[in-house]
Amino acid sequence: MAAIPDEATIARDANRRIRRSGNLAGWAFAGPSVFIVLGLSFIPMFWAGYLSLTNSDLVSGGHFIGLANYAALRSDPMLRQAFTNTLLLAVLYLPIGLAAGLGVAIMLNQKIKLIGFYRTCFLVPFVASAAAEGLLFGFIFDPDFGIVNAGLNAVGLPRQGFLQDPSEALVVLAIVYFWTQFGFNIVIYLAALQDIPKEVLEAASIDGAGKWSTFWHVVVPTIRPVTIFLLVWSLIDVFQFFDLVYTTTKGGPLNSTLTLVYYIWELAFNFFTAGYGAAVAYVLFFTSLIVTIAALVYGRRNRVAL
Amino acid sequence: MTSEQALQHVPDIDIALHRARIEEAEQRMRRSGWRGRMPQRGHLILMPLSIIMVLPFVWMVLTSFMTNSEINRIPPTILPHHLYTGGYSSVLASSDFPYWFLNSLIVSGTAVLAQLVLCSLAGYAFARIQFRGSTVMLILLLATALIPFQLTVIPTFLIFHRLGLINTLGALIVPQLTSALGIYLMYSFFQSFPRELEEAGRIDGCSRIQVFWKIVLPLARPALAALGIITFIYAWNDLFWPLIAITSSHTFTVQVGLTTFQGEHETQWPSVMAGTVLTTAPVLLVFLVGQRRFVQAITGAVKG
Repeated sequence: MAAIPDEATIARDANRRIRRSGNLAGWAFAGPSVFIVLGLSFIPMFWAGYLSLTNSDLVSGGHFIGLANYAALRSDPMLRQAFTNTLLLAVLYLPIGLAAGLGVAIMLNQKIKLIGFYRTCFLVPFVASAAAEGLLFGFIFDPDFGIVNAGLNAVGLPRQGFLQDPSEALVVLAIVYFWTQFGFNIVIYLAALQDIPKEVLEAASIDGAGKWSTFWHVVVPTIRPVTIFLLVWSLIDVFQFFDLVYTTTKGGPLNSTLTLVYYIWELAFNFFTAGYGAAVAYVLFFTSLIVTIAALVYGRRNRVAL
Repeated sequence: MTSEQALQHVPDIDIALHRARIEEAEQRMRRSGWRGRMPQRGHLILMPLSIIMVLPFVWMVLTSFMTNSEINRIPPTILPHHLYTGGYSSVLASSDFPYWFLNSLIVSGTAVLAQLVLCSLAGYAFARIQFRGSTVMLILLLATALIPFQLTVIPTFLIFHRLGLINTLGALIVPQLTSALGIYLMYSFFQSFPRELEEAGRIDGCSRIQVFWKIVLPLARPALAALGIITFIYAWNDLFWPLIAITSSHTFTVQVGLTTFQGEHETQWPSVMAGTVLTTAPVLLVFLVGQRRFVQAITGAVKG
């Protein structure tokens, strides 16, 4: 006489059935995504590695030329310029971008009214496209009709060349970039501040910490992982700086806004030196990879030390 | 010794001292601004700052309704004399802008639909189904976040060239069908999702796909909304890849089309600004409607 299976047995059977069908179902569910994402990242990555060892002109495969591209890029003045410009952009943007983001986040973290309104205002430039914003600021900073020069004129200051002046263009781009990223930094910092337990701040206060010492010795160390995330994210984003340059200065005037990715794009798709472009892209990749890993390792060490 | 007994051993004077210290600390906290009594003075900084953030967009909308002579006037016109719509009509009638807008809608719409399906399927599989190779695949997927697009863009162009998709919308759609970020978002959502409902469904005899479709997806609506919003904004705003993959004007997206205004319409600022307004409007609309989800998604991706 077969016993009627109790609930536990039914559940165990169900679990066993689930496990057995897991391989097929798992791959059926995840397969398409895995295929597309891995196929469009790892295959091109290795392919770019091979291309960087050839003199490919994009249309034809080219010939294998060993490390000649890598040897050539050591004495490429344009690459040096692009690298300097990109670093300068990072130096101009990063400290101010992060500090200002934290500052506004602290103000928003209090019981302040209109917080939704402020958050919307700050995030709008982050959401709109860089192409539209580039065009818009090309107009705003136009030396002849631009509203900024009109304003300078009205208060008796001399007109500026802005994006058409080699000594000003990169600074103007850094300002526009700051404007686009500000809201993102604020929102990320605000979320981190809201996660600091109230008890921690109270304890600091009971121990006699004032406003500044609470900020430096409690808030800053607690949100350090978020700072490191923003640092890495911003660095990677600056390393990929393209859209704003393309829609405003196209790398000019006199290469003063030539960035690394703009240079790679020019090499591959304007000058048709795809092999050399791939070599430049690999150098950029390893540079940003080293920076990222260094920041992550540093961040992890600090978190342990806390 | 219990805590009550311990308290009795403390002389009254010490308790009074302790209370005084707490009182003083609370006052200091109120003054320090971390939980200040007067946080509202922050408006003095926040209000001008937030106006500066949106002012360029206000200026964009205003100039899109000005005539060219109003724009070129010195000192510049702030408010248009009357609502001049010539900029809009010239963009819509005498450029390929309507095509670009439609192309962008097709690409972004397909991207959103595809990612909702593919990313949630994959995220669910990695979070719930034990299958061979799942851990390795998940690590590889997340590692792709470290591969920048400018490294892979040249071979990606060659791949799509061989597939015969260059200069078609297909070249823009295929890379957007799924994404590592989307899979990760759904994966972390499903991990924090109660298992019991699905198990109940399985025991009731539902197949895995039925459980996913009838039980899991309806409850995943918040995460799906966040994924959809992020995907739409990203796909709509993309410039780098469409610029490379598309060369004929009829197949441009709005972003690529917009950049062509720069040269030829140099003096036609009303048209340029009208085009910018029309390009920006859809993402701003999506952002304003789904702002809460958008913020949750970007902060959630960081915390995870």
